[in-house]
Amino acid sequence: MPTVQFTANLASQTAAPVCQVAGATVREALNAVFTQHPTLRSYVLDDQGAIRQHVVVFVDGTAITDRQKQADAVRPDSEIFVMQALSGG
Amino acid sequence: MKTMSTKLYLGTRKGLIEAERSATGWRITRNSFLGVQVPMLLPDARDGTLYAAVEHGHFGTKFHASLDAGASWEERACPAFPPKPEDTPDVVNFVSQQPIPWDLKKVWALEAGAAPGELWCGTLPGGLFHSLDGGASWQLVESLWNDPGRANWMGGGADWPGIHTILVDPRNRHRLLIAVSCGGVWESTDNGSSWTNIGSGIRAEYVPPEQVYDPGIQDPHRIAWSTAAPDTIWMQHHNGIFHSTDGGKNWREILNANPSNFGFAVAMHPQDPQTAWFVPGIKDELRVACDGALCVMRTRDGGQTFEPLRHGLPQEHAYHLVYRHCLDVTGDGRTLAFGSTTGSVWISENGGDSWDRLSADLPPVYCLRFG
Repeated sequence: MPTVQFTANLASQTAAPVCQVAGATVREALNAVFTQHPTLRSYVLDDQGAIRQHVVVFVDGTAITDRQKQADAVRPDSEIFVMQALSGG
Repeated sequence: MKTMSTKLYLGTRKGLIEAERSATGWRITRNSFLGVQVPMLLPDARDGTLYAAVEHGHFGTKFHASLDAGASWEERACPAFPPKPEDTPDVVNFVSQQPIPWDLKKVWALEAGAAPGELWCGTLPGGLFHSLDGGASWQLVESLWNDPGRANWMGGGADWPGIHTILVDPRNRHRLLIAVSCGGVWESTDNGSSWTNIGSGIRAEYVPPEQVYDPGIQDPHRIAWSTAAPDTIWMQHHNGIFHSTDGGKNWREILNANPSNFGFAVAMHPQDPQTAWFVPGIKDELRVACDGALCVMRTRDGGQTFEPLRHGLPQEHAYHLVYRHCLDVTGDGRTLAFGSTTGSVWISENGGDSWDRLSADLPPVYCLRFG
């Protein structure tokens, strides 16, 4: 099963443990995480289900391209990292 | 607001900061959400709950509540736009020709409604949200979101239009007024089920001549009424000060402000509808204190005359600007506080006659309320 990890800065705001979840796409894997940790959803996705503007999701080291629907494929041994983009002041 | 407040809550660029009045005076006592923006907060006088909108740069806006005046917090639901129906066309901002976003950008107004736990929340990009359970859940007020008049709203200082003021009529708490930058003043008499754009006589300098008095494109920076006389309303507008004595239907422009008719904040005396306070800046394109000398401007005769109140405020090389949510007055009309974009907060306990600086070392202040 793919592994999903979150930036430590997110873990300081809400529960965001490393998860191993089922899923063939990033959306499926994230939804599986959000089922276990519902509060986490709004920290990663905006109202309309897109990746937040200042959040980046990597699959095996490559940033996903479908930030709206997260249809990017993942393999059973993929590692998904949810990071924050560098921004702010 | 309540009489004899002893607590002051500041929403800032770097967290929620509290000050408390003791026998020796006001002092800062605590911070929450350190490092995170707090654009709006509400100490709910009905049950003592303190609400805060907390805006993370990366992870969006969250909504928190404290049942112990800020000592501990629990996360509640944040207002969120429902999924956009696929067959719904975008509302295009006529200035930028860009679609108005259909997701929450910022919480910009928060007020107590009619029933216990009932809350109203205004947002950028122009959404009004309603909660009946203290923020455990929220519903978008679709009657306003779907009003065709929203297509005329535009951003002011922000990229997108936003609802920054919600007034709940103390005589009939199902009557609401909201103010939109830029979209004028809207009234509901049925607790938000239907809305009317009101405001005859408000004048905009920033549109073509035929639209100058269009109530739907006005930029009321802030409106305030006296809880004892809510038919009397003051408006600090983008290009002037306006006064209504009929609940917001008709407005008269005030031309004798001293030293300036530009600013963002306005507060009204809770009992005396003749008295109001403003914090002036120079003008639209020069948003600093007039002549480098900071003052609060007060009228005590319904706008016939204005006096600049300067005692205790810096009078040279002061570049403070005070945003629309950064001036508050207690229920007795005696204690006032205001906070600036350059991180100073001043408090007066004599109706503005003199001021003491609480701190000059704060982050930019976004909102300020007595609790």
